[in-house]
Amino acid sequence: MSSVSQTFMKLFRGSSGPDTIPAQGSQKLTRRSSGLGELTRTWESAENLCILDLGSTSPTNIRHFTEHGHRIYSEDLLTASTDPELLTKDDQGVAVLDSRKFLADNLVYPAAHFDFILCWNLPDYLDESLVKPVVGRLWSVLKPGGMLLAFFHTRDAGPDSPCHRFHIVGADTLEMQKIVLRREARRGPTGAVHTAISDGFQLQRVFNNRHIENLFRDFASIKFFLARDNVREVLVVR
Amino acid sequence: MSTPATALAQIGKSVFIKGELSGSEDLYVDGQVEGSIALKGNSLTVGPNGQVKASVDAKGVVVQGKLEGNIQASDRVDLRKSAIVTGDITAQRISIEEGAFLKGKVDIHRTDQK
Repeated sequence: MSSVSQTFMKLFRGSSGPDTIPAQGSQKLTRRSSGLGELTRTWESAENLCILDLGSTSPTNIRHFTEHGHRIYSEDLLTASTDPELLTKDDQGVAVLDSRKFLADNLVYPAAHFDFILCWNLPDYLDESLVKPVVGRLWSVLKPGGMLLAFFHTRDAGPDSPCHRFHIVGADTLEMQKIVLRREARRGPTGAVHTAISDGFQLQRVFNNRHIENLFRDFASIKFFLARDNVREVLVVR
Repeated sequence: MSTPATALAQIGKSVFIKGELSGSEDLYVDGQVEGSIALKGNSLTVGPNGQVKASVDAKGVVVQGKLEGNIQASDRVDLRKSAIVTGDITAQRISIEEGAFLKGKVDIHRTDQK
């Protein structure tokens, strides 16, 4: 469970590698997803849906939804949360991320805009200071009756559980791609350009069922699916 | 009678243009453009060094560099692996390479008119 400052120190560690856009590993696994299966049954029979994908840009997901005539919005919130300009201090001088600035730059949509939101494993890897404000914003941009899918690791998954991107490859099947490396040129606090390098995102915490219920308490209903790979899938309805 | 099919206007990487850009030939931008780009019936390519902050209206759009603004393509949009796009995309077809970054909406309009 790394602190905000540790995370940023890690991002600013020097590297001799090329300045590239996040490079992601090719190691891919597939998993069954009961939550996705339930969503698929809903969106297969509907038309012109509005879907928000909060994972890394996935050509597979974009193709999946556009082929069915839906509109998809792609927004990589985890990458957006690594913006060094978000770093600030709270009243006690502890380093935190500025959630107001984050929400001024991200998730800027009209109220009740989306039919579905694919959160994937975002809450597990997002910095603590952003989790509740982000879930609050997601509630407001989701239509009443709209559904949100999120994945949470159980304690048995261990603190080193890798962060994955998720590609929809079947009605209830996801392809998981481990994020193994991110490199990009950034301007540091001194104005100098650094090459940021990271082995991926670190699990920030493990939510138990009660925490998850609290996190989504403003939603109308919540359904849990416990998967074999130490992941709890959560489907919430606004 | 007609311009050669290879006609292509280029904006090199040291060039910065601010304002409204319109034309009737294909355009390759490897420099910086800020404003709007209208190429009805023609294509825009943003090269690997290109940095475009503009709304784009064209037949086809290929992005290898950075584009901030909405894209309206009457035919297709190609985001290559080095593309960084912030904005909404409306097109008939879209192709996104693994590694491309998109923040925005993708809306595919299928026109079945004859």
